[in-house]
Amino acid sequence: MVAVQPSIAEIWSWMSEIPDPEIPVLSIVDLGIVRDVRWTEENELIVAITPTYSGCPAMDVIASDIRSSLKNHGISAFRLETKLSPAWTTDWMSDNAKERLREYGIAPAARLIPITGIAPLKSSEKEQRVQCPRCGSEATTVISRYGSTPCKALYRCSACLEPFDVFKQH
Amino acid sequence: MHDQARFEYLLRLGDNCLILSQRLSEWCGHGPVLEEDIALTNVALDLLGHARFWLTCAAEVENAGRDEDQLAYLRDAGEFRNVLLVEQPNGDYAQTTARQFYFDTWHYFLLRELKNSSDSRVAEIAEKAVKEVTYHLERSSAWVIRLGDGTEESHGRMQRSIDDLWVYTGELFEPDAIDVEMRERDIGADLESLRAPWLEHVQKTLSEATLDAPSAGWMQRGGKRGVHTENLGYILAEMQFLQRAYPGAQW
Repeated sequence: MVAVQPSIAEIWSWMSEIPDPEIPVLSIVDLGIVRDVRWTEENELIVAITPTYSGCPAMDVIASDIRSSLKNHGISAFRLETKLSPAWTTDWMSDNAKERLREYGIAPAARLIPITGIAPLKSSEKEQRVQCPRCGSEATTVISRYGSTPCKALYRCSACLEPFDVFKQH
Repeated sequence: MHDQARFEYLLRLGDNCLILSQRLSEWCGHGPVLEEDIALTNVALDLLGHARFWLTCAAEVENAGRDEDQLAYLRDAGEFRNVLLVEQPNGDYAQTTARQFYFDTWHYFLLRELKNSSDSRVAEIAEKAVKEVTYHLERSSAWVIRLGDGTEESHGRMQRSIDDLWVYTGELFEPDAIDVEMRERDIGADLESLRAPWLEHVQKTLSEATLDAPSAGWMQRGGKRGVHTENLGYILAEMQFLQRAYPGAQW
């Protein structure tokens, strides 16, 4: 046990030092994975996390990284909770995080795909403008809506001809 | 005594996702192109995530000391509650696409209803899952169009698969006593009310794909009460092998 209970702000700052295992340029706080940090009346620390995608295999690694961080900072009485609602959304990512993503070579998606009326891919594809993270051109086409991780799609730039990942608006 | 109807209902939701996920995983390393190999396994992963949420919830409702893993790996075919559609073989790519298209369309409208469930766990899982299932539906709809409105060969195969699997779609909209009870308790969805929007999307997509919509006819049923096609036994033999051969094995 630590003598003085660390402040909530301090714990948030530890969390923001934990990189996402798949996109290490962002922290789990940048991504909006950590939803809540609080002390209970029994002096137990609760950290609530939410999965980006339901089957995201990185969640186990993230949970284990959080446990290590808390232990390294001398916290022994803590519990991790999974919180599904409100469902994770890319809206929780800050502009700063999106900019770092772009510098890393992953385009943060520009706009939500229209869901109303369930537009099949054929029509919705045209409506989404995604900027190439390398050359900035908007002349890009989708190769596949599914990429190397559930949160990314695969695009190609028609200007510089490079393929690139897009963080899906979700 | 636990809430048997709710337990059964959650098993149905979980088993649909688990069995379809397992089927899609069979494509891993065998996809027709790399992008599709990745897409199929991504969809499988989403569905596995949903299955884990539902089965964890089912295990808690049952309160008999079983967890999600025991429900997935230690039940025999007669105890599985998935609809017959999801256990049908992958076949060629048209068959996998048709199965996915029928299921995704139903899954999408079902989850939209379940978001309003009076059971907060059901509502929050549905809220999470429907975002991913929207991607699934857009993808499978697009492939039906691409293959249907493609070459003579792809058109013929797509039409055959759409026709062959049609017989498994009736069960999706037929409520039994459990569905009715869940509906009355505002936990579950009104299955019959899903038929119209399902049919509308299916017909619209098939028409854009230059495919003929099958006409109504006799339908297969049984999965929800544990009466399955022979396919399920083979799926379980592979999926459950490790836990059956090495009980309690961990890695």
